[in-house]
Amino acid sequence: MSALRIYVEGVGLWSPHLADFAALQSLLGGAMPVPPPGRPAAATLPPNERRRAPESVLLAIEVAGQAVAMSGRDAATLACVFASSHGDQPITDYMCATLAQAPAELSPIRFHNSVHNAPVGYWTIATGCHAPSTAVAAQHASFGAGLLEAASQVLAEQRAVLLVCIDTAGSGPLGEVTGCREPFGCALVLAPEHGDATLARLDLQLTPACPDSPLEEPLAGWRAGNPSAASLPLMAMLAGVRRRCQLAAAATLGLQIDMDHV
Amino acid sequence: MLDVMTPLAITAHTATSAIGRGRAAHLDALRDARSGLRPNDFSSAPLACWIGRVDGAEDIVLPNALGVWACRNNQLAWLGLHQDGFLEHVQAACARYGAARIAVLLGTSTASIGATEEAYRRLDADGGFADDMLRPAIHTPHSLAAFVATALGLEGPCLTVSTACSSSAKVFANAERMIRLGLIDAAVVGGVDTLCDSVLFGFNALELVSPTPCRPFDAARDGISIGEAAGFALLERIDGAPDAPQLLGYGEASDAHHMSTPHPDGLGAELALRDALARAGLDASQVDYINLHGTASQKNDEVEAALVGRAFPARTRASSTKGFTGHTLGAAGIVEATIALLAIEHGLIPGNLGGDTPDPVCGASFAWRNEQQRVDVALSNSFGFGGNNACLAFARAGFAA
Repeated sequence: MSALRIYVEGVGLWSPHLADFAALQSLLGGAMPVPPPGRPAAATLPPNERRRAPESVLLAIEVAGQAVAMSGRDAATLACVFASSHGDQPITDYMCATLAQAPAELSPIRFHNSVHNAPVGYWTIATGCHAPSTAVAAQHASFGAGLLEAASQVLAEQRAVLLVCIDTAGSGPLGEVTGCREPFGCALVLAPEHGDATLARLDLQLTPACPDSPLEEPLAGWRAGNPSAASLPLMAMLAGVRRRCQLAAAATLGLQIDMDHV
Repeated sequence: MLDVMTPLAITAHTATSAIGRGRAAHLDALRDARSGLRPNDFSSAPLACWIGRVDGAEDIVLPNALGVWACRNNQLAWLGLHQDGFLEHVQAACARYGAARIAVLLGTSTASIGATEEAYRRLDADGGFADDMLRPAIHTPHSLAAFVATALGLEGPCLTVSTACSSSAKVFANAERMIRLGLIDAAVVGGVDTLCDSVLFGFNALELVSPTPCRPFDAARDGISIGEAAGFALLERIDGAPDAPQLLGYGEASDAHHMSTPHPDGLGAELALRDALARAGLDASQVDYINLHGTASQKNDEVEAALVGRAFPARTRASSTKGFTGHTLGAAGIVEATIALLAIEHGLIPGNLGGDTPDPVCGASFAWRNEQQRVDVALSNSFGFGGNNACLAFARAGFAA
């Protein structure tokens, strides 16, 4: 198999420590970026929706909006791959707790917001996007597996794709099992060809399972606190650290990524 | 304009639902117009509705080595994998291609959330999960696909698609792209969803559940009946399996309208249909049968019937089979793909069970009773919350558009 060659045109990032990709670049450059406010702004959502939206939706729409703005593309034209290992944990915690105590009182809104594709649903509604959209999961390999799916859409369909990968913090008894300590989200706009907005070229290659690339602190600690932060080696690479990284694409499969700034 | 795609061979497929285990049981129930729906006897405080329950799913015991994965959803997956010689087909493919060249791409809406619900019903004294429920791998949406990959010993790409009720239709598209790019040589696709309180009480809260067996496309329809199912298909390149039925095309599109209500003009559904026909190189008039999404919700059926009326001639036959199986949510795509393939194999257009008083919006394409006729090309529609639409196009072996 030859490498999957794709081009990055936009990057989005949000965590309690990093407001965006520029904050990561500044951190890696030795500065101390100012942490963002406690709740992602998610400015792409209409104000009414923003007020009511669950955490997973705010987080996904924040990073998606950042990446699309950087790419200069029209969001309505982008196919969407939204990945998450656990979906919206506060909603799952609410649902399971309510079902255990008073199932007939379950909120209909929280139920329809509990579907794994709620964030991509809200995104396509907010941006008027009729392109194919999907919501995927692959446990601890959700970012790598989502990137592989996004790259396969970019190349097989020869179109630009928005990849988003987010996980909320854990909540309630479920939170102790998932071990998600804090939220993390990232997004990439990926294209099949070099263009004016190209930031980097990536060559993806499937490999046997391999350990994730090492990270320095504080990134290593952040990665341990959220499965979507498994993307940090690639994010750091895009910010200029190293030119090759390895991520899990499945329990038994690795993804080797080589980067060139072009 | 999309390029016509090279068809894929479907070298094995199977479904297990309320109407039985495996293809023969499904064919029998369809021929006899026998519904699998029953009064709700699921959970400790059952709502007054009808369900499509798979008998014996709770009695399936996983082998010791897989015991950590035990839960209703994975047990139903295990039951489904053992029908129609599916395991043997996968083993043969594994011998041909190697474990790393076969992907596991499965759709599910709620995976094993039923196990997480159970953990919350019996938290231990300090408020945490009881010891026997401290199994992180089942309290995550990827539980099903990870379990199936482990059970089958496959080591290629492994992905869960969870786009509500279109999930296990969309995995056919994932597989086609990966095979076309040479990432894999074959893919196990499909999906499993099981009855659980989240969906029973959730759809009930949305007032989308009928108190009676669901009546798709009936003028008096009043909601869905929730079901559970497991289904799988093995996809390979066509040149190695010229005698197998084919995946001719797929289409995927977004409504961009509302989280739980379809676009009033069926915009996303129509875009998905157009893309499926374009990839298949088909004209609408070449379609012999469409297995409709037809959930028996007011809105879905109205929008979908209008789409059939404006896009297809009367010779194209159309029906929903939700009256047989119930709405199996994330598994609906694969169950109905299997029914579309049965229609091709046996020349059976299944009647639209439950539609005793046809809604006037339904045109001449609707097959209200079983019809016997040759079927070369069959479509399957699957639409989900979030405005997520998929359409698959299948054809008999040797068919060329």
